[in-house]
Amino acid sequence: MDALMQFVFSGVTVGAVYALVALGFTIIYNASDVVNFAQGEFVMLGGMITVFAHLAGLPLPLAALGAILATAALGVALNRLAIEPARGAPVVSVIIITIGASILIRGAAQLIFDKQLHGLPAFSGDDPIRVMGATILPQSLWVIGGALAVFVGLWAFFTRTLTGKAVLATSNNRTAAQLVGINTGWVMTLAFGLSAAIGALAGVLVTPITLVSYDVGVGLALKGFAAAMLGGMGNPKGALAGGILLGLFEALTAGYVSSHYKEAVAFIVILGVLFAMPQGLFGRAGTERV
Amino acid sequence: MLTVENLRARYGRIEVLHGIDLTVNSGEIVTVVGANGAGKTTLLRCLSGIQPITDGRVVFRGETYVTTPAHKRLRHGLAHSPEGRQIFTNLSVEENLRLGAFLYDDDRVARDMDEAFALFPMLREKRNLAAGGLSGGQQQMLAIARALMGRPACLLLDEPSMGLAPLLVRQIFDVVTGLKALGVTVLLVEQNAFGALKVADRGYVMETGRIAMEGPAEALIADPRIREAYLGI
Repeated sequence: MDALMQFVFSGVTVGAVYALVALGFTIIYNASDVVNFAQGEFVMLGGMITVFAHLAGLPLPLAALGAILATAALGVALNRLAIEPARGAPVVSVIIITIGASILIRGAAQLIFDKQLHGLPAFSGDDPIRVMGATILPQSLWVIGGALAVFVGLWAFFTRTLTGKAVLATSNNRTAAQLVGINTGWVMTLAFGLSAAIGALAGVLVTPITLVSYDVGVGLALKGFAAAMLGGMGNPKGALAGGILLGLFEALTAGYVSSHYKEAVAFIVILGVLFAMPQGLFGRAGTERV
Repeated sequence: MLTVENLRARYGRIEVLHGIDLTVNSGEIVTVVGANGAGKTTLLRCLSGIQPITDGRVVFRGETYVTTPAHKRLRHGLAHSPEGRQIFTNLSVEENLRLGAFLYDDDRVARDMDEAFALFPMLREKRNLAAGGLSGGQQQMLAIARALMGRPACLLLDEPSMGLAPLLVRQIFDVVTGLKALGVTVLLVEQNAFGALKVADRGYVMETGRIAMEGPAEALIADPRIREAYLGI
């Protein structure tokens, strides 16, 4: 029982990180139908820039804020320089562009920063909290809280605000969006800026637990993608549920089967979802009359 | 209200509009009729700004448009209900209408939505359903209602009768006539030349990217060349 609780806590913590990555996918997907595989690099940059700004003497909150803003600016630049020029290209081509961008960002990070692992001090100390016979780190609560806050914010954004609806409209029919007066170029800027900022926030929150290096982005992007597929691409609720579930699957597999198989879980989930229910847990199947 | 001078447009290296001149006066219903592929839809796309023009200019209420983006033209009062309806299929009927008034956030939005529901009562019944599930005729009504939510002074209406049953076609043309009473100027593009000319004040006939004929709608309906080529009478 104690062991189970411990696995659940660590699963939910890791799952919250996957959920944050998946939530980042959600916005760009909702605006453009594109899965941005550079999302993991945004997480890496959030961590790395915070680490180096902190080392340079900035207080941690300021370093984190600077990292989030800088990463958001990079997201906007990615859209302007690589995605917008390919407008009209098939979605698959654009997805390949994002894979290329992620390789570029990773390479640049290796040159600008270094190849070492880096950590950050935990925000609220390192004393584990005892709950129901198991322990949880205060930093885990920060990660889980961050994922919940971003989820609530995005959910409200897409269902309660006209700007959020404009993002959905842009993805559904770009021409029609322009014709109702939406500046679709601005919507794309907003989507990439917001996605990158959410990714960077995830990086800031998780670095005290998992450490960060220039190459952590690929794995996170794939896990986040699996989480988003499991929950239903494009739906914030699905991103949150998919992330937490994937984290739990991983932790329980590592705990009760073998940690050797932990990494396989995400890919088994992707395969299972694609075979059995391609729309995911909360995704809506497209209905369209032509 | 709307003047088009020597408008040219191309897809890739092929020019499809070879210098169009056209005028729409305030309060008129003007129609552009012609066969499939004559360039009617391209003309409207150029007017609303979703298709770049290669030469000429568009003057609307004193503003000259060459590269002005679509969202700015709508702000000046030029709305476009595009070919193939192009509604937001994943969003509800009500969300489609609300987005039609994307540029506005005031009390008039709710009033305009009530007016849209009064004009098309069927939309009120289905307000919470996904727009993609509506029938073709219902989608066309939603497309027109959404364009009206943008408070147009002039509405560019592309093939509203396309693919609809005869009864619905008549209903749609009645709505077009009704727009005049609402004070909306209409530029109507149609393959259904007879139906369009019956509701219009004036008409233009387009053939392969050029204006071939123009005149009062009754004169065009009576013209033997038009009757033979477009009306099948």
